[in-house]
Amino acid sequence: MTKETLIHHNAGARNLFGFWAYIMSDALLFASIFATYAVLQNNTFGGPSAGDLFSMPFVLVETLILLASSFTYGLASLHAHHHRNEENCKRKVIFWLAITFLLGVLFLAMEVFEFTKLFQEGAGFQRSGFLSAFFTLVGTHGLHVTAGLLWMGSITAQVIRHGITERTVNKIAALGLFWHFLYIVWIFIFTFVYLIGAI
Amino acid sequence: MTNDFKVIDEQYEAGRLALRSYVTGFVLSIILTLIPYFIVAKHMLGNQSLIWAVVLFAVAQLLAQVVFFLHLSKKSKPLWNMVVFAFTIFVVSFLVIGSLWIMYNLNYNMTDTSPSKTNEGHIPQ
Repeated sequence: MTKETLIHHNAGARNLFGFWAYIMSDALLFASIFATYAVLQNNTFGGPSAGDLFSMPFVLVETLILLASSFTYGLASLHAHHHRNEENCKRKVIFWLAITFLLGVLFLAMEVFEFTKLFQEGAGFQRSGFLSAFFTLVGTHGLHVTAGLLWMGSITAQVIRHGITERTVNKIAALGLFWHFLYIVWIFIFTFVYLIGAI
Repeated sequence: MTNDFKVIDEQYEAGRLALRSYVTGFVLSIILTLIPYFIVAKHMLGNQSLIWAVVLFAVAQLLAQVVFFLHLSKKSKPLWNMVVFAFTIFVVSFLVIGSLWIMYNLNYNMTDTSPSKTNEGHIPQ
């Protein structure tokens, strides 16, 4: 490795560290919203509670879709790191990124569908403290997924244009941390909002 | 001491074991999602133990994700990624457990009417 590529390499790793620190601070944001939800969970103000509202099989499918997208992103990342500068691997990376993107869109569509249904049932965020907290928590996660999808689109375009380079691999690694992190947050939404809500 | 800010283990990510790791994590996560789902759906335990059980499964899945999906570098020196990670876990549990503890005590000390059914919290007479 020449000195110049070494410097580039370290710069990339350092950027990734900054991004990791950002993700950790994002975890703190989610923690405070989780704490708010936990506190307001029972304040239904005579309205519907978590157990009355959610369809569990629907949420299970949603969870498995997001998990699958986290997995397929891993496959994209693996091919990006594996054989650099090969036309074949570029195609594989684009393929897995596209699959991940579609699964992410599917997840988001299910979430929007669920939100619309709740609003139609009169269980909007203005109904009770519980529902305000619910929409804040799940909505914030949904916004993160939306941002992740926009970013994924941009990275896919860059891979198509520039191929698998040091820069694009670094970006794929950063989005990978973000995407896996979003699934980890969802594990806790699934557990604390839906599973415990259904008990 | 050299400052090596590596977050993910790139060598591992490029190696042959990475695929096995992703598949293991995927299968493990599916199992750790389905088990709590079904014990809740079939109501296999008492309410209190159900809550503890699903929280335990969530933490187990968090660990599975960190080990098999994130591929955090163990060679980062000093272990900055781990330090930041551990600190975050600490603050997150502090925040969530602390809030619940305080609010539980608040409700406990003001239970002359049902505080759980109001929207703004209970106002003592």
